[in-house]
Amino acid sequence: MIIAAARQIADGERIFVGMRLPITAYGVARLTHAPNAVGLFESGVARYEPADGMLYTMCDGPNQLGAAWTTGLIQIMGLLSGGRVHAGFIGGAEVDKFGNINTSYIGDIDNPKVKLPGSGGAPDIAAMAERLVIIINHQKHRLVEKVDFITSPGFLDGGDARKKAGLPGGGPAMLITDRATLQPYGPDNEFHLASIHPGHTLEEVVGNTGWDLKSMPNVTETPPPTEAEMDALHHIDKEGFWRS
Amino acid sequence: MPFAATHELIRQGRRGLNMIAPISDISTDMLIGAGCVTEVTGAWVGNVSGGMGHNYRRAAEHGTPHPIKINDYSNFAIGMAFFAGAYGLPYVPLKSILGSDILKSNKNIKLDTDPFSGEPVALVPALKPDVAFLVVQRADRFGNSHIWGSTGLTQEASIAANKIIVLADEIVEPEVIASDPSRVLIPGFGVDAVCHVPAACHPAPLIGKWQRDNQFFHDYHKETREPADFDRWCDEWVRDLPDHTAYRAKLGGQLEELRILGDAPSAPANYATE
Repeated sequence: MIIAAARQIADGERIFVGMRLPITAYGVARLTHAPNAVGLFESGVARYEPADGMLYTMCDGPNQLGAAWTTGLIQIMGLLSGGRVHAGFIGGAEVDKFGNINTSYIGDIDNPKVKLPGSGGAPDIAAMAERLVIIINHQKHRLVEKVDFITSPGFLDGGDARKKAGLPGGGPAMLITDRATLQPYGPDNEFHLASIHPGHTLEEVVGNTGWDLKSMPNVTETPPPTEAEMDALHHIDKEGFWRS
Repeated sequence: MPFAATHELIRQGRRGLNMIAPISDISTDMLIGAGCVTEVTGAWVGNVSGGMGHNYRRAAEHGTPHPIKINDYSNFAIGMAFFAGAYGLPYVPLKSILGSDILKSNKNIKLDTDPFSGEPVALVPALKPDVAFLVVQRADRFGNSHIWGSTGLTQEASIAANKIIVLADEIVEPEVIASDPSRVLIPGFGVDAVCHVPAACHPAPLIGKWQRDNQFFHDYHKETREPADFDRWCDEWVRDLPDHTAYRAKLGGQLEELRILGDAPSAPANYATE
């Protein structure tokens, strides 16, 4: 999952990193194929080198020591709004077949079954980044036909709905789970199966998806991590937090 | 995060507050549990280390201890709403929340058409808080304040607010602040009160001063699962303590372990004129 995410970062790109898994992916990308990538954090931090040491939030000291820029939220998110960010990573409680993400309400807005913590900067990233990479655990209740609440827009109702809504960013380019990768395909921009991670099966992936998951023409096995990628991961994730 | 102010609002039994912040650690969750809050205006309320905030969930899902009105924003949208409030703009036209159901849940935000391009745009009205509580590394007795590290919305929120209350980790002579005016984020002429409160940020970090008390966030998550649990937690850590000095004393060695003792100073900037 981390390695697949790292491969979505191209060299020299400005990336909205976010916390937890994507920050590790960013570190792996920097140490392998993308040594000139720039990491952006919405609290007001830009970094070249990933922080040394475990981060619980992007405001923690290690993320600020040696940063490229410590500034305000508006300055960093303004890079997004100004169309200067190549890609962003987002997770969520639910994602649907058009890549819309819910981190706000399960059930009805006025009488929610579960009130989730909310959006943070995710809608801004989803709306404005050139492309969006979604990372989520592959479970039927997480990959759903339709989300209860669109916190962060994907392709909305599919087709050209996103464009009609006036969203400047390109929208979700890939959905990475712990079992597979999915990509928007066809005129509807519905997410299709693109590759299956080593050790997982088509039946298992389809069975754990909450919509009728179709396959792209050439579904492949996700290329396994290279030695260089695993070395980078060991270097970044010294405590083995993401490998357990 | 000005947790010392959070505690004091709870101790004073304040009611009917609208808490406005993009992301509020567990501060807003505490105030909701203590019954101080009727409205939440923000982008994210929870526990940065533990996930969900139990009090926020209880209030939103069951109206316990009482119902709250939630005004959803994205981070950039609330930031720009403060920006508008700070600089006298009635509203800001944004593209970055288009397509989000925040446009449906937050009735204050209007979907409109950009008169220049004819494209959709979201109009977000200015936010002007009554009071802004701000933690700074150092201030002088007039409230002139130095902050370093990432600053979130500190500057926009302070200029937008009608009153500014500064919680300074350290009080220094005015000459210290004046030696580096580029590092002043909040000038004293707008400040209503400056309070010397070391570790006012605890359990959140403050660059160069205090590390995050991650265990405290986890403990809070575990110890506030039920309303009665939260009441016990709140008595122990807030209501039964007279002030922040007593809070620091209660933390004792736990707080001392978080004190940053290392040295990583920036290079001096020369302001000489000749």
